Amino acid sequence: MAKSLGPVKRKFSPWTDPNAVPFIRFENITKRFGDFVAVDNLTLDIYEREFFSLLGPSGCGKTTLMRMLAGFEEPTEGRILLQGQDISGVPPYRRPTNMMFQSYALFPHMSVEKNIAFGLEQDNMPKGEITARVQEMLKLVKLEQFAKRKPNQLSGGQRQRVALARSLAKRPKVLLLDEPLGALDKKLREETQFELMDLQQTLGMTFLIVTHDQEEAMTVSDRIAVMDKGVIMQVATPAEIYEAPNSRYVADFIGDINIIEGKVADTASALGAPGAVKIETEGLSITVDQECQAVKGDHVAFAIRPEKVRISPDAPADPSVNAFYGEVWDIGYLGDFSLFIVRSEDGRFMRAAQANVSRLVDRPITFEDKVWLTWPRDAGLVLTR
Amino acid sequence: MRSPRFDTTVLTLGFAFLYIPIIILVVYSFNASRLVTVWGGFSLHWYSAMWSNQGLMDAAWVTARVGVLSATLGTILGTLAALALTRFARFPGRMAFSGMIYAPLVMPEVITGLSLLLLFVAMGVDRGFWTVTIAHTTFTMCYVAIVVQSRLLTFDRSLEEAALDLGCPPVKTFFKITLPLIFPAVIAGWMLAFTLSLDDLVIASFNTGPGATTLPIKIYSQVRLGVTPEINAICTILIGLVTIGVIASSLTTKRAEIRRIRDEHLAIRNAAS
Amino acid sequence: MATVAETNPAPHSAKGTGGHSWTRWLVVAVPYIWLILFFVAPFLIIFKISLSDTAIAMPPYLPTFDGFGSIGEFFSELDFENYIFLTDDPLYIMSYLSSLRIAAISTILLLLIGYPMALAMARAPTSIRPTLVMLVILPFWTSFLIRVYAWIGILKPDGLLTLALQTIGLMGEGEQVQIFRTDYAVFIGIVYSYLPFMVLPLYAALEKMDNTLLEAASDLGCPPWKAFWKITFPLSLPGVIAGSMICFIPITGEFVIPDLLGGADTLMIGKTLWTEFFGNRDWPLASAVAVILLVMLVVPIMIFQNQQKKVV
Repeated sequence: MAKSLGPVKRKFSPWTDPNAVPFIRFENITKRFGDFVAVDNLTLDIYEREFFSLLGPSGCGKTTLMRMLAGFEEPTEGRILLQGQDISGVPPYRRPTNMMFQSYALFPHMSVEKNIAFGLEQDNMPKGEITARVQEMLKLVKLEQFAKRKPNQLSGGQRQRVALARSLAKRPKVLLLDEPLGALDKKLREETQFELMDLQQTLGMTFLIVTHDQEEAMTVSDRIAVMDKGVIMQVATPAEIYEAPNSRYVADFIGDINIIEGKVADTASALGAPGAVKIETEGLSITVDQECQAVKGDHVAFAIRPEKVRISPDAPADPSVNAFYGEVWDIGYLGDFSLFIVRSEDGRFMRAAQANVSRLVDRPITFEDKVWLTWPRDAGLVLTR
Repeated sequence: MRSPRFDTTVLTLGFAFLYIPIIILVVYSFNASRLVTVWGGFSLHWYSAMWSNQGLMDAAWVTARVGVLSATLGTILGTLAALALTRFARFPGRMAFSGMIYAPLVMPEVITGLSLLLLFVAMGVDRGFWTVTIAHTTFTMCYVAIVVQSRLLTFDRSLEEAALDLGCPPVKTFFKITLPLIFPAVIAGWMLAFTLSLDDLVIASFNTGPGATTLPIKIYSQVRLGVTPEINAICTILIGLVTIGVIASSLTTKRAEIRRIRDEHLAIRNAAS
Repeated sequence: MATVAETNPAPHSAKGTGGHSWTRWLVVAVPYIWLILFFVAPFLIIFKISLSDTAIAMPPYLPTFDGFGSIGEFFSELDFENYIFLTDDPLYIMSYLSSLRIAAISTILLLLIGYPMALAMARAPTSIRPTLVMLVILPFWTSFLIRVYAWIGILKPDGLLTLALQTIGLMGEGEQVQIFRTDYAVFIGIVYSYLPFMVLPLYAALEKMDNTLLEAASDLGCPPWKAFWKITFPLSLPGVIAGSMICFIPITGEFVIPDLLGGADTLMIGKTLWTEFFGNRDWPLASAVAVILLVMLVVPIMIFQNQQKKVV
């Protein structure tokens, strides 16, 4: 059986098909505000029925990119294609995209049903059809009994649903969601994430979501684009982003990770396993099984997630396994996990996470214990960028 | 310096200073005696005298027409100016434009009045109702622009973007979304413009002509001849009108406030259930 | 400035409501043209006329404005006679100086009265603050003229102030308050009329001040009176400047108050201008008076504009 990176969510991967035609294409897009470059020569394809996330810290250009698709900003350079059509210069009110705003932007002087009907009225849809569609939308977001309410008579979660219903009512080709769950509390946010995924599956629509919340992006998306300073660092599935980040930036941005800088000491042939790399740094030597562009003498980084590091008071039986010896410097108890920060004799730190699988532990590891951190050769990876 | 007693004293004295003259004025409009210092008993005599003073009534009618017309024009122009200032970051001469909006607020009225008059003379326009109206429109529009601008600055732009996004063209968006939401500020601007027009003596004096004597001009010419209770009566009516207007508008905002609080409670209950 | 483009979706974005270029153009152009026509053009004309000769016939000045084609001819007819006249007659110089003096003293008086009021309002419980603001604004809505008029009845020698002082025995039967038609009456009238304009900007500045700043000062050992001068007052300076300019500039050109409450020896330039215009019908001289007044006020007006821009 072939190994895969993490669980497979669904059998949907048009980006791996060389013949697939992208639904949305950002082509060499640059956007400047005065001297500030918000988006820098960016190219990106998004496929039909995809749930796609733009993820990055604030100021990375993700919102600007989305607003260019919606038509609120025009690219300084480059063009945007929707189903092969260049949509540059088409005003926002003529684009087949709809947006759910971060602030929800519900019209405060209109009732819930009026808000939902607003977009349909602009298309001069017959009255009867509007009523039917509004009912359908209210049912979809389970707000039937709130039709006559004004937005300020609703709770935050209900407002979020109205905003969603309003942006879905016109059956847009692409739904744009700008930090859609940012204003909700954690529990509600998690529930809503799954509802959004169901909705997207049922309606068979293309969703583009902008978020700075990595968990949210990981949960909902088919693919994620991690952005920084106007450029895309990596586009991949959530599992690939987590398990095979292509750079120190992505590795560090997503989740918790140990990064150890070092030099390539040896490659492949000498180490037996095909594609293996040996990295050396002061007092530590690490072997990684990985196809890698790096050659001997290159500066690289070794990255490993703390949950893939085993912690034990005993020395490893197999001397060829990667190991790090030190004393417990700090312990973070997180409930489901405990995070151990271990300090080696030469002052280097490494973190290991251990799932708290049982309530009572025979021989707990505590401060100042001498421990061994070990990990197999395929648990971490070498980063050249 | 921080004692509450100090604060209370300051406020009491300050408000007494602001209100006692007005109260005296109102009280003496009901004085039966013509002499200011002698209280001759309660009387509505001066109100009926005022009512039968044709000159005063004509002036009041002119003032009302000038006020409504110039306030309406000033509100339209001022709202456009506020939109231009808040919505368009760059257009040729934007700095000069914002300067033109702020300058009339502090410009001595004698300068504004005289310069406009000279313009009308240079253009060969006969002075009268329309010149006063144009003069009032010009300085009231700046006040309206300031009032509406402050509302637009706190306006959530994403509401307009949402309307555009849902297929509503820009002009329609303004009338369906923006205008209804900034309407209280527009109304406040109109009321301010109307009172300023009602109030103005200097600019109107320069720009008026035959048959367009406004109430302040009339009052001024009578005041120069001395204090008469008839003037007190008309002043009392003006004060009354303004007070009713201000109280009514503050009550509506208070009711809106109460409704808002009730709505929020409702929302919290919804969330809980 | 990365966050500008990100979280506040570009407040200065070129797009947005202005999709149609002609509507955009209209929104800017209509008020712009109106102001150029009725606010800027008059200043050019007043400047031009101030350089014209007085004529006895109507219209009372030469030359009349006859298009831009005759600009050369126009300049040849201009002279500085009116300005020279202004410097020759000490009446005008005295008027200007007196106006500035009265405006400066009034502004200081307004600050001295308005600041404690604004401070007391800002320190009042939050629940009654809107009412207090309303109470300050309300007189502003009632006519300026009416409010000045109200003081005539009080300050007249046989007015209510005399009566009140006689009643409480501070003044003998035969005595009368001799304030009406003096500079004192003008100061009272100005302070009374302009107080709301001074209190509101001061209140706005004081109200938004963080109360924990004073707590921090107190915690660090600074006594309240010292904290006022070291913390409160410096932070309220923008309000002080705004309020002072809003009052000082129009007071300098004030006409109604010195005319109704002041005496024959109360010199103010607004009154002089009015007399030149309506009394002597010397329009060019009145224009010259206005131009010089405007020149004097350019600096305060620029300070005011600057302040407003910072607030917005």
